[in-house]
Amino acid sequence: MIKLDSKVPEGKLEEKWTNHKFNMKLVNPANKRKYDIIVVGTGLAGASAAASLGELGYNVKAFTFHDSARRAHSIAAQGGINAAKNYQNDGDSVYRLFYDTVKGGDFRSREANVYRLAEVSNNIIDQCVAQGVPFARDYGGLLDNRSFGGALVSRTFYAKGQTGQQLLLGAYTAMNRQVNLGTVKLYTRREMLDVVVVDGIAKGIVVRNMLTGEIEKYSAHAVILATGGYANTYFLSTSAMNCNVTAIWRAHKKGAAFANPCFTQIHPTCLPVHGENQSKLTLMSESLRNDGRIWVSKIKNDMRKPNDIPEEERDYFLERKYPTYGNLSPRDISSRAAKEAYDDGRGAQGQEAVYLDFQEAINRLGKKVIEERYGNLFEIYQTITGDNPYEVPMKIYPAPHYTMGGLWVDYNLMSTIPGLFVAGEANFSDHGANRLGASALMQGLADGYFIIPYTIGNYLAGDKPILVQTDHPEFNKVQKEIEDFISKLLSIKGKKTVDDFHKQLGRIMWNKVGMGRNEKGLKEAIEEIRQLRKEFWKDVNVVGVSNDVNQCLERAGRVADYLELGELMALDALNRNESCGGHFREEYQTPEGEALRNDEEYTFVSAWEFKDVGKWELNKEPLEFESIKLATRSYK
Amino acid sequence: MSHQKLNLTLKVWRQINAESRGTFEEYKVAVSPDSSFLEMLDDINNELERKNLEPITFESDCREGICGTCGLVINGQPHGPIPRIATCQLHMRNFKEGDTIYIEPFRAKAFPIIKDLMVDRSAMDRIMEAGGFISVNTGSVPDGNAIPIPKDIASESMDAASCIGCGACVAACKNASAMLFVSAKVSQFALLPQGQPERYRRVESMVKVMDEYGFGSCSNTYACEAECPKGISIKNIARMNRDYFMAKLKTENLEA
Ligand SMILES: Cc1cc2nc3c(=O)[nH]c(=O)nc-3n(C[C@H](O)[C@H](O)[C@H](O)COP(=O)(O)OP(=O)(O)OC[C@H]3O[C@@H](n4cnc5c(N)ncnc54)[C@H](O)[C@@H]3O)c2cc1C
Ligand code: SF4
Ligand code: FES
Repeated sequence: MIKLDSKVPEGKLEEKWTNHKFNMKLVNPANKRKYDIIVVGTGLAGASAAASLGELGYNVKAFTFHDSARRAHSIAAQGGINAAKNYQNDGDSVYRLFYDTVKGGDFRSREANVYRLAEVSNNIIDQCVAQGVPFARDYGGLLDNRSFGGALVSRTFYAKGQTGQQLLLGAYTAMNRQVNLGTVKLYTRREMLDVVVVDGIAKGIVVRNMLTGEIEKYSAHAVILATGGYANTYFLSTSAMNCNVTAIWRAHKKGAAFANPCFTQIHPTCLPVHGENQSKLTLMSESLRNDGRIWVSKIKNDMRKPNDIPEEERDYFLERKYPTYGNLSPRDISSRAAKEAYDDGRGAQGQEAVYLDFQEAINRLGKKVIEERYGNLFEIYQTITGDNPYEVPMKIYPAPHYTMGGLWVDYNLMSTIPGLFVAGEANFSDHGANRLGASALMQGLADGYFIIPYTIGNYLAGDKPILVQTDHPEFNKVQKEIEDFISKLLSIKGKKTVDDFHKQLGRIMWNKVGMGRNEKGLKEAIEEIRQLRKEFWKDVNVVGVSNDVNQCLERAGRVADYLELGELMALDALNRNESCGGHFREEYQTPEGEALRNDEEYTFVSAWEFKDVGKWELNKEPLEFESIKLATRSYK
Repeated sequence: MSHQKLNLTLKVWRQINAESRGTFEEYKVAVSPDSSFLEMLDDINNELERKNLEPITFESDCREGICGTCGLVINGQPHGPIPRIATCQLHMRNFKEGDTIYIEPFRAKAFPIIKDLMVDRSAMDRIMEAGGFISVNTGSVPDGNAIPIPKDIASESMDAASCIGCGACVAACKNASAMLFVSAKVSQFALLPQGQPERYRRVESMVKVMDEYGFGSCSNTYACEAECPKGISIKNIARMNRDYFMAKLKTENLEA
C-alpha cells in the first residue's frame, strides 16, 4: 500500500500557494550549479522547466527522442491558451477560471492544484509576450481573445491557429539560450527506457541512443518527467506518431502510482477515418465551434448531400440539447452527443461523422472574416479531404485526443517515488475527468515555468539528496534489464508486424474503453488485451538489429507498454462505477442520457500501484471540496 | 471519396548509413487516393516487415505539417509537387494511375544522411542556440498588454514565426543556403519591440554559426520560397541582410 500524501498546504485556498512559496526551503544560489537535474521531454512542460531551472543556475540535462527539441508534440496545439486576465472585461477572474476548470473536470480534480493553476495563468501570458511570442492582437494593438468550450467568457489567447507552435518555440528559445550559456545540456535522439531508483529514491535514467543503439546511463539529484500523454494507446488519435507512454509506464513499474488511467478525452472535432491504412487522426481546432454549427439530418440513413438537406430537416443537436452553451458545450458532452446521433443512424451520409457548418457565419460575418479567423484550418481540411469548407459543411467525428490520467503527483508535482517529478500531460494533476480546451498549454507552462522550479528547490534543500554515480550496481542492473528486453523483442521473429498488434489493441480500446463503456465490454476488453499481449510476445516480428537506427524496435517497445497500460485503463474504468467527464459508464446515466456521478462513493483519485504485469493494487486519494460545492454539471 | 486504387511505381532511396553508397530500390504499390503519402510508406513498411526485410527509414511525427520532422524530396521537389504543404500533408489523389515516383532524402552538405531517407538537421538547432532568442528570465516581466503592438506588425511577425524548421529551403537551394530559415527567426524578433535590444547582436551570432556549418550563400534564385511549406517570404532575407549590414557597421564603429 502506498501512502498518498497530497501535501496540500494549510490555509485559505487563495493563500495556499503564496504561503507555500514562502515556507519552502531555498537552495543557496552558489550551490545551485552543484545540483544535477534531469528533464525528460522538451515539450511545453519540459522545455519551460529546463529553461527556468537553467536560469536559476542548476545543472540541467534535457532529453528528447526527437531530433530537435522544437518537434515535441506541443507544437501541434492549434487553438489557444487560457488565462484569467479579464482583458475583455467580461467578468473573468482567477476564481472563475478555477471554478470552470473544476466544474469542467466534473469534480474529480484537486481544488488546491487547480486554484494555483488559475493563479499563475496570467504570469504565463506575460512571460510568453516578453519572449516574443506573436499572439494575435486587436486593432488597438492589445492582446486579442476568443472563447473555448466550457466557458462563457473570452479568455483564450492565440497565435493564429498555431498557438502551441508559438508557445513551444518560445520555451525552446528560452531553453536554447541556456544551452548557449552552458546551464542546459541537450541530449536529442535519446529514448528514456527506465528510471533508476536507489533505496527508494529516483537517481537517474537509462536511455537508448537512437542513432547507435547504445544504452546510456545518466544520474542526477532529481528527475523530471515531462513526456506527454498516452492517447496513442488507441492507435488512432490526434497525438503525433511518436507520442508514447514508455517513460511514465516504466516509472510506474518502478513504483510510481498511476492515477485515473481511464480518464481520456475524446475530442469532438476531428476528421473522420478514411480507411484501414489510416495512421493518425487530425484535429480540427475547437475554436471552429465559435462560429461553426454542428448538425445531422433529422432523418435516419439520410444519404443526401448536406447542402440538399433543407434547414427544417436539420437537427442542430448541441443547440437543441444544451441551449446555454450550444456548440460550445464541453468536449466530453459534445463527443457523446455526436456518437448518439451516429448510433441513432443519423451520421453524415451514413458515415461515422457529423456536419460542422459555417454557412450561417459566412452569411452573417462575410467570407473575409471567416477566412481571417480560420483560413489555415480550412486549408488543412481541404488538403486532407479534398472538400472546400467555404462551400460544403465539414465532416467531423470524435477521436482520442488527450489523457487526463497520468502519474500521481502531490502538490509539489512529485510522484510516489521521491525525487521523481512529473509535469505537463504526463501527470494527472489538474483536469479531473475532463479537460477544458486551451487548458493543457496553460498547465504545461504553469508546471514548467512557475511551479517545478520552486518545488524542486524545496526538495533539494530539504531532502538533501546525494548523487549516485552511474557505475552503481543499480544502474548496471537496469541497463542489463533493458538490454535483455531489447534482445527478447528482436529474437521473437514471429509473423505479425508491430503495427498489426497496435491496430488490434486500438480497436479493442476504441470499442470497449472509448466513449461509452459498460461492465461487460470492459471485462471482455481486459481478457482480449491479455490475450493480445501473450500473442505479441510470441508472434511479433521486430526486424533489424539493436545497434543501429531501428524504428521498428522503437515502436515495438512502445506497443509492449501500451499492451500493459490498456489493461489498466480498462480495469480503472471497470472499477469506477459512475459516469464522470470523459468516463461514461452506460449503466450510470440520467433518464435524459447525461452522465450520472456517484459522489458518495467515487469522489477520489484512483492511484494504481504496480505489483506485476496484469496485477495492481488500488489506492485512493479522497478529494475534498471546500471552496466549490459539488453539483451536477449542467450546460443546459 | 473514390475507391479506385492507384497503381504506382516507387523508386526509393535506400542507404545503410552515412558512409555507405545509396541506391534507388523499386516498389510497386496499389494505393487508395485518400491515403496520405506517408501512409503509403507505412503500408510498404508493413509489407517489408512481414517478409522480414528492413523497413524504409523515414521520419515523421505530427503528420499535420507543423512539427517539421518529415521531409522527402519527391520527384526532385522537397515536400513534393503541391505548393505550401509538408510531405506529411501530401495525399495520393494528387498522383495519376501508372505514375513513377522518385523518393529521396533532403540533400545538403550540412544535412548528412543517417539512414535511407533520414537526415541530420541538427545544424539548424545550433544556429538557433547561437542567438535565436530574446534574453528574458522567467518571472520579472511586464504585463502582456504593457506594450501595444500594431496588429499588422504582430501578424507580420507571426508570419515569419510560422517556420517549422523543416529544412526544405536548404534542400531546395543549389547552394544549400539556410538564409530563409534563419531570416524567418531574425525577422520575427526584429519586427517586435521586445526584440530590439539584441537585434544586431542576434543576427550576427546566428549568421556566424550558419557559415560555420557549411550552409551556402544566397544567390537570389528564390527556390527556397517556392518550396517552403509555410510560404515564408524572401522579404525576410532582405530584412536580415539589412540588419546584418547594420550590425557590421555598428561593430566596426565600435572597433574603430
Ligand atoms: C492536435 C492537438 C491540438 C491541441 N490543441 C491544444 C490547444 O489548443 N490548447 C491546449 O491547451 N492544449 C491543446 N492540446 C493539448 C496539448 O498540446 C498537450 O497536452 C501539451 O502540449 C502537452 O505538453 P507536454 O509538454 O506535456 O508534452 P509533449 O509536448 O507531448 O512533449 C513530450 C516530450 O517528451 C519527450 N519524450 C516522451 N517520451 C520520451 C522518452 N521515453 N524519452 C525521451 N523523451 C521522451 C518528447 O520527445 C517530447 O519532447 C492539443 C493536443 C493535440 C494533440
Ligand atoms: S523557411 Fe520554410 S522551408 Fe525553410 S525551414 Fe522554415 S518552414 Fe522549412
Ligand atoms: S510530420 Fe510534422 S510536419 Fe510533417
